[in-house]
Amino acid sequence: MDDLDSRASQALVDIDKADTLESLDALRVGLLGKSGIVTAALKSLGALAPDERKARGAEVNRVKERLADALAARKQALEQAVLDRRLAEERIDITLPGRDGERGGIHPITRALERIAAIFARLGYQRADGPEIEDDWHNFEALNFPPHHPARAMHDTFYFGDGRLLRTHTSPVQIRSMVGRQPPIRIIAPGKVYRSDSDQTHSPMFHQIEGLLVDETSSFADLKGTLAEFIRAFFERDFEMRFRPSYFPFTEPSAEVDIRWDAEDGSERWLEVLGCGMVHPNVLKNCGIDPERYTGFAFGLGVERFAMLRYGVSDLRAFFENDLRFLKQFA
Amino acid sequence: MKFSENWLRELVEIEADRVALAHALTMAGLEVEELTPLGEGLTGVVVAEIVAAEKHPEADRLQVCKVDAGQGEPLQIVCGAPNARVGIKVPLATVGATLPGGIAIKAAKLRGVESFGMLCSAKELGLDADASGLLELPADAPVGRPLADYLGLPDASIELKLTPNRPDCLGLLGLAHDVAALFGSAVKAPAPPSIAVESAARRGIRLEAGKDAPRYLGRIVEGIDPAARTPLWLAERLRRAGLRPVSAVVDITNYVMLELGQPLHAFDNDALHGDIVVRHARTGEKLDLLDGSKAVRLGEEFLVIADEREALAVAGIMGGYHSRVTDATRNVFLEAAHFAPAAIMGRARKLGLHTDASHRFERGVDPALPRRALDRATELLLAIAGGKAGPALVAERPEDLPAPQPVALRRARLARVLGVTVADEEVARIFTALGMRVEAAADGWRITAPSSRFDIEREEDLIEEVARIHGYDRIPTHSPAGALTLATEPEARLGELAVREQLAARGYYEAVNLAFVSEELLRRWGLDEALVPLANPLSADLAVMRPSLLPGLVAALSRNRARQQERVRLFEFGRVFRRDGRPDVQTSKPAPLETPSLAIVASGAARAEQWGEPARTLDFFDLKGDLDALIAWGGEPGRWSLHADDLPGWLHPGRGARVVRDGETAGYLGALHPQLAKALDLGPDVHVLELALEPLLARRLPRAQPVPRFPSVRRDIAVEVPETVGWSQIEQAVRGSLGEALKELRLFDRYSGKGVEEGRKSLAMGLILQDASRTLTDDDADRCVREAVSALEKACKARLRG
Repeated sequence: MDDLDSRASQALVDIDKADTLESLDALRVGLLGKSGIVTAALKSLGALAPDERKARGAEVNRVKERLADALAARKQALEQAVLDRRLAEERIDITLPGRDGERGGIHPITRALERIAAIFARLGYQRADGPEIEDDWHNFEALNFPPHHPARAMHDTFYFGDGRLLRTHTSPVQIRSMVGRQPPIRIIAPGKVYRSDSDQTHSPMFHQIEGLLVDETSSFADLKGTLAEFIRAFFERDFEMRFRPSYFPFTEPSAEVDIRWDAEDGSERWLEVLGCGMVHPNVLKNCGIDPERYTGFAFGLGVERFAMLRYGVSDLRAFFENDLRFLKQFA
Repeated sequence: MKFSENWLRELVEIEADRVALAHALTMAGLEVEELTPLGEGLTGVVVAEIVAAEKHPEADRLQVCKVDAGQGEPLQIVCGAPNARVGIKVPLATVGATLPGGIAIKAAKLRGVESFGMLCSAKELGLDADASGLLELPADAPVGRPLADYLGLPDASIELKLTPNRPDCLGLLGLAHDVAALFGSAVKAPAPPSIAVESAARRGIRLEAGKDAPRYLGRIVEGIDPAARTPLWLAERLRRAGLRPVSAVVDITNYVMLELGQPLHAFDNDALHGDIVVRHARTGEKLDLLDGSKAVRLGEEFLVIADEREALAVAGIMGGYHSRVTDATRNVFLEAAHFAPAAIMGRARKLGLHTDASHRFERGVDPALPRRALDRATELLLAIAGGKAGPALVAERPEDLPAPQPVALRRARLARVLGVTVADEEVARIFTALGMRVEAAADGWRITAPSSRFDIEREEDLIEEVARIHGYDRIPTHSPAGALTLATEPEARLGELAVREQLAARGYYEAVNLAFVSEELLRRWGLDEALVPLANPLSADLAVMRPSLLPGLVAALSRNRARQQERVRLFEFGRVFRRDGRPDVQTSKPAPLETPSLAIVASGAARAEQWGEPARTLDFFDLKGDLDALIAWGGEPGRWSLHADDLPGWLHPGRGARVVRDGETAGYLGALHPQLAKALDLGPDVHVLELALEPLLARRLPRAQPVPRFPSVRRDIAVEVPETVGWSQIEQAVRGSLGEALKELRLFDRYSGKGVEEGRKSLAMGLILQDASRTLTDDDADRCVREAVSALEKACKARLRG
């Protein structure tokens, strides 16, 4: 018995010293295995007297349990150590750049244009479009510009020499949307327009958005309400706004819309952002709509102007230079 | 329209200060574009006379002047102006004055000589940009008088940006009417002068242009003093209106034009022969213009003022050189006429001109003005240059003069269009104040506008006047009611924004190029057929509508590479323009076609430089991958195919493809032709894609199918085929032989070289097999593989590899 005890004590020391799972397993076999010392001690019980066997049996089992616990504890410690080593080895530098993460971007004009169109879409305006190469009737005549009228001279027009021209505004889409249709009409028409003018503040090609609403009840008050809502939604803030009388052949009364803009240097000024008005009865008539029954309003805005204000772009020409160092700022 | 504020205030009395006046004008649709205060800070500046001038002992460019400023003892002033000389009257800033530019005047020593003040140029006084010398005042300027007082200062120069519908405000009198209406005041028009006729000189006038020139008035003034000088007050008013004083006669006609809005012309009466004839020009008729700038060749659409020999002036636009008033003219023929706007519109522009007269006549000048303007100009001429006035010579065609018609305004319509009810009294007040006649009608009013208002023709014109004077800011803000019909967006069509976002997600930046390019660039690309050129381009570089997005987009790529951006990926949406072969019904010329398109260009490394993967230059298959991704978005990749035939010249013939959808060419993909790339100074890595947008946006509306209940089986095979056999042929053979059983065919390896016969390549592929009704057995799968291999042997000269 003393022999088993002393060997068990030695075994506990050995277990604690075991530094690999393999050496620990060898110890387990030597202790608890088929020919291990504990197994031998259990086998030797049969030779003892019954009452002695019981006491001795309990003792051997206690030793066995103590050894098994020690083995299990050591095994767990060794496994943990292995895992810790592996985790340490597998550690990576998570601050290295990710793979294939580079992305491109959408042009700021598209970005502003889509934002504007989306706001009007929520108000029930349907997107419409027309050709960029227009005829005189759609671009001028149907919009109530008489031939040679000075208002035409304000549109520096590109011609093709066959009566066709590059549209100078998106307003011809009004005509294309109304002809052959009856109100209620709500359309929004974004697109490229052209004027033969090129300097620091004018590009021969730029983008406009035209809006048109025709129904049985619309009034100048509705026009004011719609545009006030739009400005607030686009800039996500309130502005002091003013509607100034102006002149467009295809609307009457006509207005230009200014907002009170606070520049970054703290100065404030009125900034023109929109042209608008009540659709001229001649225009409705030209499109086969009865101006006595229906009234409508139209507005037009320059997308570049809105993009410049919204994103702080100070040079119009930057939009058309396609310099990646500029474009990447809008990714 | 630019004018002096003080002059306007002389014609209409208002309490409002300058800022309030400018604001009211802007808010009435007469936008103040610029407001320049004049003559502020002139305290201590007086009229002075130089009574002596000697050279400065120490400085060549300076003079030591003795100046009489009305203070008894002359002051000593050192002056560097080149025009400083004895006898002239000039402004003197006395010690203690602070000039508008901030210069404080102190007693000082200049190169050792004492100076007690400063003689000033117009610029130093903030009156004008002229800094060339001292501002010389008229000889009768009273010495010692404060300059501001003498010049009628302070004042302001106000510039209006007038809309074309308001020609009546191109004269101060018309403008005064609007101001009166805005402030509830009245116009103080100068009484029409009565001219004492002291000469019988006359000349016949014949109107031969019908309704284009229904009224022409003239008057001969004989014996004026050719040396007469424009008085200061008049010159100052012209200057503040942005006009340079020229000569007494010309200045007077300009003055009356500014005051009343009626353009006038003065001829040298001695240069005229016989009757004045107002007629259309003859085709090819020539005339030397007044300003000596050029000779113009006219056509029948022009009106001319002629005598019995030749055309003297282009009516309503500009006078002629040979009949102009010179500094020797003693006898003047004054003209004031009415021309119909339609007879003048666009004519000046045709001659490359834009004059104060044409600007007014093409917008419309009050036909009632000529007589008044003629008398006013005569009055001023007699007062300033003397002479004897002849009788007013009048020729008219009354039936062709525009006569204002009453226009009905309905109370209900007014309220409906504006969305607010304006009180009846206010409506009547507004029209009366604007000089219109107001009559009550059962449902509203009948309004007759004065003959100066060419813009009042219909009810809406009247509604606008009410809104304008009542104030746009007093119209409420309201949200439209009315039936809301939801805009329907077809689901079987991709939005352009979705495609843009996908390209951005794949690393491309959107570019926007101008839609015009140079023909030279297109020639390099071999894209110079069926072009749509502009008739009036800004320059040769911007002369032709682009027939493809690529030349411009590749140029943008080039520019970025020149700025150290090696890896460039750009895309652009835009229309491309081509002449169609078919004649157009409208013009019988070939109609231009515009096709919404998408292009992408890429160069440099396939992927952004990275630490974990080997760098690789992009190739055809990178862009093809982008194309595949775009196509997959539409859900029907099976309808698309690539073809190596019929490629455009700008593509590499061995690395280019024609993109086809449903048998129609939709675009092209590939590397630039090496010769083109070289000509554009680009390397072989530049790859491009251009597609018509519509086929790409077509999208399948999904129809759900049952999910397969039985597992799929995969078999891999490797075959050797001749190099010339394309993958699409192999795909076709395999699909053809297996039909429905083949769910997917994946190419996973391609190899040629050692171990493969010269001229052949090895392709390894995985066949994914599946049956909808049962689980496939090994035998089934083996049989499929045998069938596929035998089809490949037959169609593609394939040999099964080990």
